[in-house]
Amino acid sequence: MTILKVTGLTKRFGATDVLRGIDLEVARGERIAILGASGSGKSTLLRCLNFMERPGGGTIALDGEVLGREGRTAERIYRESELIQVRQRVGMVFQQFNLFPHMTAIGNVMEGLRTVRGMAKPEAEARARKELARVGLAEKADTYPAHLSGGQKQRVAIARALAMDPEMLLFDEPTSALDPELVGEVLAVILALAEEGRTMLLVTHELGFAYHVATRIIFLADGAIHEQGTPDEVLKNPKKERTRAFLASHKQFSF
Amino acid sequence: MAYQWDFSPVLANAPLLAEGLLNTLKITGTALVFGVVLGLGLALLRLSPRRFLSWPAGFVIEVFRTTPPLVQLFWFFFALPILVGIEMTPFVAGAVTFSIQSASFFAEVFRAGIQSIERGQWDGARAIGMRHDQAMRRIILPQAVKRMIPAFMERAIELMKTTTLIATISYADLLFAANEVSQKTFRPLETYTVVALIYFVVIFLASQVARLVELRLARSGESTVH
Repeated sequence: MTILKVTGLTKRFGATDVLRGIDLEVARGERIAILGASGSGKSTLLRCLNFMERPGGGTIALDGEVLGREGRTAERIYRESELIQVRQRVGMVFQQFNLFPHMTAIGNVMEGLRTVRGMAKPEAEARARKELARVGLAEKADTYPAHLSGGQKQRVAIARALAMDPEMLLFDEPTSALDPELVGEVLAVILALAEEGRTMLLVTHELGFAYHVATRIIFLADGAIHEQGTPDEVLKNPKKERTRAFLASHKQFSF
Repeated sequence: MAYQWDFSPVLANAPLLAEGLLNTLKITGTALVFGVVLGLGLALLRLSPRRFLSWPAGFVIEVFRTTPPLVQLFWFFFALPILVGIEMTPFVAGAVTFSIQSASFFAEVFRAGIQSIERGQWDGARAIGMRHDQAMRRIILPQAVKRMIPAFMERAIELMKTTTLIATISYADLLFAANEVSQKTFRPLETYTVVALIYFVVIFLASQVARLVELRLARSGESTVH
């Protein structure tokens, strides 16, 4: 069953076409790893899916419902209230964590529940504790982000996203800002979420992880899907020259 | 020729100066409270992407930042009654002038503070479904205010000194009292020295309190300094 359907998605920044017509259908429970060189548009694609960036053209449908309405130009018109709904259903985890430094770990996780959902404090707190425990940080509930390691920060950020009960999770290079020895703990949390059967899109440079966790690999080049398929197809037997060149340039590539 | 300092006539008029100080604190406090609130409002309007909101706010800010506060005070106190028939007591005229005047400076402090917060904080807030106003109130402003404390303190001190202008429209503030005392005692040197000392003590104490607040915020680990 399709949860997300993207048709002809384009985006340009100034004179640069970052996305040149992306078609993508995501089924519930699918885990898609998006690969590509820097500047290939993979982060922009992800950011368009929860409208952190407004798509320039094309449509995005969530649960069969096309979002926004047609305007005079190719760019559709979106109501802010509609996008706020979408963002609660499509959670996002960022490369730089983007935790709120003036709130404790549990404060960060509770924030959406309290401010956006209007949940009462005891309930929100209980829920936040559950999410922190899920990412293995129950004992860090009252710690401020400044006193957490990078890996712990990212796990809090994942808990913050999970607290909103998203139907789908977007990971935008979740381990790229981490010291190598901290990457494992974050990947372990993501793997556990994968095993629960969550729908996720993951932009990553960890090819080995992508191979293990993804059900589909998309290789992006110049703002378009260059090649896609199962991890075995794309990572082990890439058909296109550029995919091969990209994989060859990633020395840590191993199964 | 050595000047013979004699502070006793000035000290004999201490109650007059005390009353003046009280009035100075009153006008400063009033202008501070309204200035901060109004300043935040002006900053939010100025940051609005809608021009019909940002331009008028920018206009008010620029006019009040670039004209002398004494002229503004005279305008509110002498010109408004003639032009539109609005009469104000010296205190109200001063409160209005210094509120708007300091608001225009506070607005710039707020704006700089808000704009200094990384884009990622907005991203983080929006990604969990926050509206713009919720993100501003819960995520951006609390962090911005912390960064603003030094600049904010600077403006508050500036404001207290600016309020001395209110003596020109016969409001009995500390400077007005000093003027009176010096004429009564024929001891202007002593009087103004004492008054300068009073300003120094009050402002110095206030800035020490601000420093303590800053330290406390840093120690609780909430500091936004990474």
